[in-house]
Amino acid sequence: MNEIIDPRSIDRPNSYIGKSVPRPNAKKLVEGRGQYVDDVVLPRMVHVAFVRSPHAHARIANIDAAAALKLPGVLRVFTGQDLAEHCEPWVAVLAHLKGMKSAPQHPLPPERATWVGEAVAAVVAESRAAAEDAVAKVDIAYEPLPAAVDMETALAPGAAVIHADLGDNLCFERVNESGKVDEAFAAAHRIVEATFHTARHTGLTLEPRSILADYNRASGKLTAYHSTQAPHMMQGVFAKHMGLPEGDVRVICTDVGGSYGIKVHVYPDEVAVAVIARIMGRPVKFIADRLESFATDIHARDHRIKGRMAVDAEGRITAVDVDDLTGIGPYSVYPRTSAVEGNQVVNLIGGPYDFANFRAKTTVVFQNKTPTCQYRAVGHPIATAVTEGLVDLAAEVLGLDPVEIRRRNLMRDGTYPRTSPAGMKFEGLSHEASLAKLLAMIDYPALRAEQARLRANDIHRGIGFASFIELTNPSPFMYGVGGARISAQDGCTVRIDPDGSVVAATGVTEQGQGTEAIIRQIVAEGVGVPIEQVRVITGDTLTTPYGGGTWACRGAGIGGEAALQAGIAVKQAVLKVAGAMLQASSDALDLVNGEIVDKASGQSRMPLVELSRIVYFRGDTLPPDLPRELMQTRHFITKQYPFAFTNGVQACWLEVDVDTGMVKLLKHWCVEDCGRVINPLLVDEQVRGGIVQGIGGALYEHCLYSPEGQLMIGSMADYLVPMAAEMPDIEVGHVETPTKESLLGAKGAGEAGTAGAPAAIMNAINDALKPFNAKVFAQPFTPERILAALGKVPSRWPVASSVALPLRTADASAAPALVTAPKAAAGTVREPGLFGRMFGRSRA
Amino acid sequence: MSTTLDIAMTVNGERIARRVEARQHLIDFLRLDLGLMGSHAGCEHGLCGACTVRVDGRIVRGCLVLAAALDGATVETIEGVSDTGEIRDLQNAFIARNACQCGYCTPGMLLTAADLLASKAEPTREEIREHLSGNYCRCTGYHAIVDAVEAVARQRNGKAQP
Amino acid sequence: MKAPPFAYLRATSLDDAFRLWSAAGPEAKLLAGGQSLIATLAFRLSEPSALIDISRVPELGGITEAGGAIRIGALVTHAQLGASELVRRHVPLLAEAVPLIAHAAVRNRGTFGGSLAFADPAAELPACCVALDATVIARTRSGERRIPAAQFFTGLYTTALAADELIAAVELPQARPGERSTIIELARRSGDYAMAGIAVRAKIAGSTLVEPNVVFFGVGDRPISAGRAASALAGKPAAPATVAEAQAALGGDLDPPADQHGTPEMKLHLARVLLARALDRLIGHAGARAA
Ligand SMILES: Cc1cc2nc3c(=O)[nH]c(=O)nc-3n(C[C@H](O)[C@H](O)[C@H](O)COP(=O)(O)OP(=O)(O)OC[C@H]3O[C@@H](n4cnc5c(N)ncnc54)[C@H](O)[C@@H]3O)c2cc1C
Ligand code: FES
Ligand code: FES
Repeated sequence: MNEIIDPRSIDRPNSYIGKSVPRPNAKKLVEGRGQYVDDVVLPRMVHVAFVRSPHAHARIANIDAAAALKLPGVLRVFTGQDLAEHCEPWVAVLAHLKGMKSAPQHPLPPERATWVGEAVAAVVAESRAAAEDAVAKVDIAYEPLPAAVDMETALAPGAAVIHADLGDNLCFERVNESGKVDEAFAAAHRIVEATFHTARHTGLTLEPRSILADYNRASGKLTAYHSTQAPHMMQGVFAKHMGLPEGDVRVICTDVGGSYGIKVHVYPDEVAVAVIARIMGRPVKFIADRLESFATDIHARDHRIKGRMAVDAEGRITAVDVDDLTGIGPYSVYPRTSAVEGNQVVNLIGGPYDFANFRAKTTVVFQNKTPTCQYRAVGHPIATAVTEGLVDLAAEVLGLDPVEIRRRNLMRDGTYPRTSPAGMKFEGLSHEASLAKLLAMIDYPALRAEQARLRANDIHRGIGFASFIELTNPSPFMYGVGGARISAQDGCTVRIDPDGSVVAATGVTEQGQGTEAIIRQIVAEGVGVPIEQVRVITGDTLTTPYGGGTWACRGAGIGGEAALQAGIAVKQAVLKVAGAMLQASSDALDLVNGEIVDKASGQSRMPLVELSRIVYFRGDTLPPDLPRELMQTRHFITKQYPFAFTNGVQACWLEVDVDTGMVKLLKHWCVEDCGRVINPLLVDEQVRGGIVQGIGGALYEHCLYSPEGQLMIGSMADYLVPMAAEMPDIEVGHVETPTKESLLGAKGAGEAGTAGAPAAIMNAINDALKPFNAKVFAQPFTPERILAALGKVPSRWPVASSVALPLRTADASAAPALVTAPKAAAGTVREPGLFGRMFGRSRA
Repeated sequence: MSTTLDIAMTVNGERIARRVEARQHLIDFLRLDLGLMGSHAGCEHGLCGACTVRVDGRIVRGCLVLAAALDGATVETIEGVSDTGEIRDLQNAFIARNACQCGYCTPGMLLTAADLLASKAEPTREEIREHLSGNYCRCTGYHAIVDAVEAVARQRNGKAQP
Repeated sequence: MKAPPFAYLRATSLDDAFRLWSAAGPEAKLLAGGQSLIATLAFRLSEPSALIDISRVPELGGITEAGGAIRIGALVTHAQLGASELVRRHVPLLAEAVPLIAHAAVRNRGTFGGSLAFADPAAELPACCVALDATVIARTRSGERRIPAAQFFTGLYTTALAADELIAAVELPQARPGERSTIIELARRSGDYAMAGIAVRAKIAGSTLVEPNVVFFGVGDRPISAGRAASALAGKPAAPATVAEAQAALGGDLDPPADQHGTPEMKLHLARVLLARALDRLIGHAGARAA
């Protein structure tokens, strides 16, 4: 009945969709007037600090809090036993991940500490400082137990089994196979192989994990101000495990200072805070400090992947075979589980390419380190590094240019829908168009010429490419089918107030991506009002429609579509009333820019504000049976495809100082197809931020452990993150292949940057090092590792496979040229065992 | 020896006097005692720059300065410079360029950028990156921030935007 | 993490500082810029009873020229050091070092004396002081002691200062005609402590190095003078063979510990590369390339 139903109308020149509209909530943030959880102060609020385990694995024999309780300002000390009475433990498994197992986890462990930094007791005091003073005085007697630290040996006979009830340390195992892999390798023209390592990372949100929980005994209601991506999910978790009706729990997320997947999980210490609030009947605040963040924010990406690729004489990929191993800490993390990352790796490897024979195995093991779980671009950077690394190796043995081998193997545009060898269903991708656009942006021949010229002066630059796919807009196939109470559906309620202004309440949330901005654009477009007239409500379980929140790049695709549909429904309701008031057919009217207009002529008939005034205050003047529902709710869920895949390609141009092993990033490019771009400004910055996060993993970030399981990073001087001086300028381009599953056509964009950057950097470094026959495959690519690959210094990390040129031909019957990794002999780090010293004042 | 003491200082143009714990750093003092929540702590180790504020006209890391040591000092925070309008152009540029995503780093980033522009009229992109090199931002990847600062420098010099 | 509780005492003069310090007892610590001390307190690794704030002691400030030397007060901040015309003219090595130290906000408060007293083995200023043959002026309540920089740094985060002694100032000889110096470091990111660094000072006659001082930082438990390498260079034209000889000699000068950046071998390798690069800078293309 009106134009917007036709998707093409979204592209009309004056549409808000596709415009770089600034974010409405940015002004308060640039003035320091946002409200993060730590900014919320409630009457009678108290503070928690946790006593944390200095041991990787130990029995908690006794907790003596007497001395702590004597300190000024200290109110209570809670142990795992104390809280266990008030909270049901959880077991993080998903039914569709067959055979997956994990152990029950409590807010605080009643019996055993299983990683360094795990909270074992909680001190409540009038200030955080006073609580910390008391933490130092809680005397805990530990009986250290044998620990399983190294994932490579976690399943070996004789390994310490972390949870005796589970029998062994195997969490999950899966082989994803199609075609005839062994035959393809046997018939291959060339085979390349390498062993890749991706280092353990953590998200390092600048705002640490934060929660302020308040339990009102009179009303029986729990209110949690929580720095989370998924308020409705947390509402359900608190209710279920604390035995409260879901309706008695309200989760509010005010501003969130970064999340990237880190804040979508259930953290035992945060649940402990809610339980303590319930016991004490007053507001309890916990803001993690940086040291706690390193030890307890989820880690991710601790993988070792052996990969092989077979190619034919024409340079076509014929088979891929990978074996992935990942260590996830002592528990699978609730409720998404820690098996999903490995599962994604075996789903995503080889994703951009057209080939038939595929085998990928993942083995997910328990170990006594910080739990790992989903972090921005879950599994993607790992799968992309392996795939693109193998593709470049294949190009090298075939004597092909890296661009040429991609041209020969990328899935052809226009051949969709189709299913990948890993079983992923693609509705429509644009690998070829994306690569073409990228090449137009970078002037490839000029870069190659520069490279050749500078090599003569002993300056070594490299260019690296990485094509990638990205999984977005997840359906219930991601979690729901496995039994997790994680909503794949999202909703939006749009209403018109008497002054003609529009309020949209959405179930998706904002952590800086610009969710509020795009919802505002979409609603303004859907209803037909000036954007300034729209206000958006997010992040409150009491006032927004039930939804999944913002993760796995679903904010725009799912939440945005619900907002568009709700906006259109409100417009239709308005036009119905307008038709009655103007004695016209509502089909002949439209709502444009806050005015009811004659659709054919565009002539203004009545301002919206006049219509809303009549509806709200002079309803008596309208026909009695006329519906006047100026508030509408719509929900959206994807139905045809389990996920909406996006794709893109990145290129990196860098210089390697072959004397020092230092890498200087010169320029980075990304072309990305996230379907319809709702706000280019926001998408570009998602891509840029994601790329830099990927660069962090490729060059700097590593949660380093001692062989005993001591975390060796205690500050941001040990865990290096990308900073402004070393980062390159990043150019972003777009190809748009909208999804047909929704009117809006938007897919996700938040993880593309992170997915491709490490692979592009790895390939660029190896391109630069080509004259030296040196290669690196173990992230982070530190100066030490690069110098080791160049043979200039000995290596102490498991990187030997990157030193040997890992190539062999199919007819070579000998064992692969891979050198097995020597046992990592970790050197002494400047502040060894900081955690032992920080957390370990108590008796061992 | 007492672990508390009395101090007086000027914060965002207002004179204030408080008794503080000697161990309290400036950020906790601003936040807990004065309710100025715009200054953020991201690490409390001097390593992230989120806590950047101005003391006696110069930027410092608020987490590495004791409130106790600032008796008689003049302190300016993001709230103060927002109210005076001193960095309005930078703030507008950050909004226009989407150089602020989650906003947690932004107050420190803005004060550091303002510090650069006060001493250098037209910094290069490299100089901008270098001056901001102690301020961590996980969201933006820095490119947009550099763009915003560069744009304001040009604007202040009466030059057209590139 | 919050710092543990302590008392805070502000000194207004040098006498006052010593009086407060002795009254507060041996568990008290001096507070200058706080850029290292406050950060370490936030780890609760030490629990001082009191901090004696010396940052307002007038006797400890200022940069002055006296008798062919430049005297830099302990409280001179890194930012003041970098902005000083006297420093730029007479001890250019220090001016060159300043931008390598931390970031602007840290340089605004961190002090010369604090950097020397903290004695981080990867810090720039201690190495510069050794390379420049500086003299540390240490004060106690009763008097003054002059300690050559080469003897001041005694180990990891430790110095020759007595328990009741503070750094009042540092005296540095003014650069003589024909003298050149440079500092280079390899840090993962701008402002980070160096993985390895070098500070060199020498007189240059033609392409010959006279009396070179070659000091490394970040490769030992303190700034390390590379005496053997310096001898290999002294009095010879800096030809590639000489440089290679000096690089080889570093094996006898340095015994680097492993750290998060790499093995001893890697650190030695970097030191050799830095030596060649520093010489390149001092005398143009010495034809030196790394090992
Ligand atoms: C993010 C960051 C990065 C940094 N990067 C670098 C870097 O790259 N290179 C570098 O060199 N430094 C670096 N620093 C440290 C900085 O230079 C410090 O300022 C310096 O090391 C200590 O100076 P301070 O005045 O702050 O001393 P404080 O922190 O106040 O004191 C440090 C120690 O010295 C003692 N002390 C201070 N003054 C005296 C005195 N006059 N006499 C006797 N004892 C005294 C104190 O008791 C204390 O034990 C960095 C710091 C930070 C926070
Ligand atoms: S909080 Fe001060 S630098 Fe991080
Ligand atoms: S905007 Fe989020 S950390 Fe910078």
